[in-house]
Amino acid sequence: MRGRRSGLATFAQKVEAAIPALRRYARALTRDADTADDLVQDTLVRALRSEHLFQGEEVRSWLYTILTNLNRNRLRSLARRPSLSSIEDNDAPDASGPEAGSRDIERALATLAEDQRQALLLVVLEGLSYREVAEVQGIPIGTVMSRLARARMQIKGYLDGERPALRRVK
Amino acid sequence: MIERMSPVSEDELHAFIDGQLPTDRREAVASWLAENPEQAAMVAAWRAQAEAIRTRYGAVADEPVPERLQIENVLRMTGAVSRKWLAMAAAAATVAFLVGGTAGWFARGASAAAPSGFETLTADAVEAHKLYVVEVRHPVEVPGSERAHMTQWLTKRLGYEQRIPDLQAIGLKLVGGRLLPGPKGAAAFYMYEGPSGERFTIYCSKATAPETALRFKQGQQVSAFYWVDDKVAYVVSGPADRDKLETISKAVWEQVDKAGVRKS
Repeated sequence: MRGRRSGLATFAQKVEAAIPALRRYARALTRDADTADDLVQDTLVRALRSEHLFQGEEVRSWLYTILTNLNRNRLRSLARRPSLSSIEDNDAPDASGPEAGSRDIERALATLAEDQRQALLLVVLEGLSYREVAEVQGIPIGTVMSRLARARMQIKGYLDGERPALRRVK
Repeated sequence: MIERMSPVSEDELHAFIDGQLPTDRREAVASWLAENPEQAAMVAAWRAQAEAIRTRYGAVADEPVPERLQIENVLRMTGAVSRKWLAMAAAAATVAFLVGGTAGWFARGASAAAPSGFETLTADAVEAHKLYVVEVRHPVEVPGSERAHMTQWLTKRLGYEQRIPDLQAIGLKLVGGRLLPGPKGAAAFYMYEGPSGERFTIYCSKATAPETALRFKQGQQVSAFYWVDDKVAYVVSGPADRDKLETISKAVWEQVDKAGVRKS
């Protein structure tokens, strides 16, 4: 009983330590501060409730996995609705961002397919290894590499001025 | 993009800028890039993207964590805190609590044996009582002056109608109430204050048992009367004076019964 309790404390502490990074990932993933924090909240609640399901790999990777899945579910349920929330809506609150360059990268990220965006952000922003990204996304490393490659080419194309019509959130 | 027979693979170029290339390949990739300006430009562009992403979002991790995402608040939402109370109770219980052998007062034809979940619930209620009655500045979330709002809010959150007992007749003023985690969803917690500042609380939560007799739990500092009626558990906690607590519990019992808190 005592051991289990101290286990809970350690687990909660590990979860707590990951909160700032989770917020960062969620913000970049959704590009909307409120949606991002909602996702983080759902992730934390789910993680703490299902501690017994945690299999001892890294807590941080597990949290990224939960958040990634919750966001995928969120996008699916958005897609089922008749009126879509568009990329433009997501951009609006950040229109006063510090510099134009940062808005460009934000718009470029918005043009990516969700899987590619996840892979790129987990590597570039969160510093996960390719192996960890493969675990989070539940795919082989080779697929991580191709998602990463496609994401980078897409962003480059966008920033070089191809600027395709903005994709609707899918 | 990269020729088939190239000595450097595209995966290696990604690993190069992501810092995931094995040490022994770094130099080879760097010198290959020096001889292949087109590929070098592409890699530089990728690197610039990564920088732009980190510049745009990196600072989010340095922002103060909003209150609703702070771990104590999330734990409270998950009910983990109520487990913590239980642990505290378990430590204190064996010493401080003598489970009253005193039989219920009005055994309303209900079964005598208290379900195990009910002991848990009572322990939670008493722990909540101990935790919040000592609070000077923040004993409640909603003050007693906003009774109508509180009734509406807690009714919505608990999912069944709340009628907050009026105990003015026996000299108790409503301090206010708060939402707490209960064993089966949300619980409501109301606090009252007597003329000399003594505080009593009512804890109200969904119970597993349909009905029980009224029971008394004697503690050293805090005692409680508790019962379940129509699947709702009530725990009235207060200073260990049994007579006073009995009067209050009876008033509460009569009001929730008559007012039909759960029968509306």
